[in-house]
Amino acid sequence: MSNELIVTDHAKAAAEFVRDDARAHWHDQALWFVRVKRDRMAQSLPEWETLRAKAAEIKAHTVGHLADYLEQFERQATALGAKVHWAADAAEHNRIVLDILQRHGVRQVAKSKSMLTEECHLNPFLERHGITVVDTDLGEWIVQLRGEPPSHIVLPAIHIKKEEVGELFHRKLGTEAGASDPKYLTEAARYKLRQVFLESQAGITGVNFAIAETGGLVVCTNEGNADLGVSLPKLHIACMGIEKLIPRAADLGVFLRLLARSATGQPITTYSSHFHGPAPGGELHIVLVDNGRSSILGNDDYRRSLHCIRCGACMNTCPVYRRSGGHSYGATVPGPIGSILNPARDPGRYATLPYACSLCASCTDVCPVKINLHEQLLTWRRDLAAAGKLSWSKRAAMKVTAAVFARPGLYRLAGKVARFCLRHMPRVLLYGPWNPWGRQRELPQAPRRSFREQYARRPKP
Amino acid sequence: MNAKQKILAAIRRQSPARPSLPSLDEAWIEYPDAQAQFAAALASVGGQVVEAASFADLPAVIAQLPPMEQAAKIVCTVPGLPLGNCVLDEVADPHELADVDVAIVAGRFAVAENGAVWVEAGRLRHRAVCFICQHLVLVVPQSQVLHNMHQAYQRLTFTEPAYGVFISGPSKTADIEQSLVIGAHGARSLTVAMVAGWEGV
Repeated sequence: MSNELIVTDHAKAAAEFVRDDARAHWHDQALWFVRVKRDRMAQSLPEWETLRAKAAEIKAHTVGHLADYLEQFERQATALGAKVHWAADAAEHNRIVLDILQRHGVRQVAKSKSMLTEECHLNPFLERHGITVVDTDLGEWIVQLRGEPPSHIVLPAIHIKKEEVGELFHRKLGTEAGASDPKYLTEAARYKLRQVFLESQAGITGVNFAIAETGGLVVCTNEGNADLGVSLPKLHIACMGIEKLIPRAADLGVFLRLLARSATGQPITTYSSHFHGPAPGGELHIVLVDNGRSSILGNDDYRRSLHCIRCGACMNTCPVYRRSGGHSYGATVPGPIGSILNPARDPGRYATLPYACSLCASCTDVCPVKINLHEQLLTWRRDLAAAGKLSWSKRAAMKVTAAVFARPGLYRLAGKVARFCLRHMPRVLLYGPWNPWGRQRELPQAPRRSFREQYARRPKP
Repeated sequence: MNAKQKILAAIRRQSPARPSLPSLDEAWIEYPDAQAQFAAALASVGGQVVEAASFADLPAVIAQLPPMEQAAKIVCTVPGLPLGNCVLDEVADPHELADVDVAIVAGRFAVAENGAVWVEAGRLRHRAVCFICQHLVLVVPQSQVLHNMHQAYQRLTFTEPAYGVFISGPSKTADIEQSLVIGAHGARSLTVAMVAGWEGV
């Protein structure tokens, strides 16, 4: 999945996913369950919409002053005793992290969830240099043991059934054959990962929020893995995209109220850890990564995608994501937000993603920072077409459609032909391989007359 | 040009709109009974509240908790509370805390809207104790229950090197088929002891 040369064909990968009909429905329901929990939480706060509006305003302000805030953050974090590093791209980020680890003679790292390190493919890079990386979030550890990427940014193993986890743990950890009780399996993971926490010489975490005013970091987890990973060894490396900045500590009041409620329908994550400087006697390294973010910042259409706080609510609500699975996007960040961020990085490779969308706008409705996701997805289609990134068949279909729409007579004739065919053509022809619209659905019943004809014949007053 | 200059120059080349920072002064939610709301919120995330009528009553209240029955190694960092048998300041290396059964730690205040307690590790020699213990007890003054997170951040200043954490309930995961399991990596249970007539540490 992480092969850079593979061009993502979302529709093809999704067709693979939905071939197992029962599993596709199970996946859909698992995510819808999270969406419903999110709704309950949002509705429990009368000020929900005010919070969303404030969050969007804070993010727009921050992005408008990002360079100043980054410099302020570096000053403040340095004053607290942290070491701040800057990385223009993924390769530079990986080199910086490796260098810190090598200087400290680290052989094993306990890593908590960080989509940025996934984006940079840090794990395989460190492994190539002889450093063992253990993903300590349970879901991330499961996918790591399976040798695959996460399928969701908050629920990395949402595509895997408990029986499969049981089988995996039986093979890798020696749990009982056939055991699939989540409580039993989690206990086995707890036991094994406690050893990892105690053995590791460094902890790597992501960053949920970095505060310019104070130079501090906030990391949110439910399991406590980030804190365990960095409070036992002396070395903590925190990796963050430059868009994670917020101006003031008080802004956390807004974002921590929105994040977990939007993500999993919890009032707040179990642990919201505020790191200001290193632990006594320890070291804190913060790596600030651009990797394409500054160029998104220059684009009026897509700038707001930098507001994203990675809650995953757009995925949980998306009818396409729920029914096609995160891996069908072939990217670190899948779903609606991923279908905006990935083409910005590589339009050729991710050209099909903005089409993995029915433009229903449910993502925009749930986004806690009010990103206009569905509008940006539509804009991407325009830009991809203009850049000549569409397939031959799509371009041809668009040409024909444009020609028909431009000629009213031809349009009326096409309508007549279509209605006639729908009524009279034999099923075997109508649902032939040439008609993708008939593949998974019944075509509509054709009315005898078009709307235009009915309107012309309406009783005159 | 080094990476820092490159990134800052790339950002400064763009000229997005520069809207002002919004005020956070709003009529945020307040509850008729903040303590009751806190207890309900904490219960909803798998934790529980116990009450002590005074600081003098606290040892008896905590001693009755189920995790204390079997506990062999107990760390207590609350001054004046004689419940621990392992002194954190005498532990050289946090790895020695791996077998702590119960940790009893002071929380500065609680937040009603989400069942969270603010814990500062400034006074803790090893903050790992809050996460590596099997069971966690947080001791909070009953008078210090805030309504919402905005009030919480009005109380907090971050000017020194420090570590602080909001803890809301025991460690949990739902990463296997969305089934909630309590006790992922951190504490298997969380009890908040609300102490009346006590001003905290």
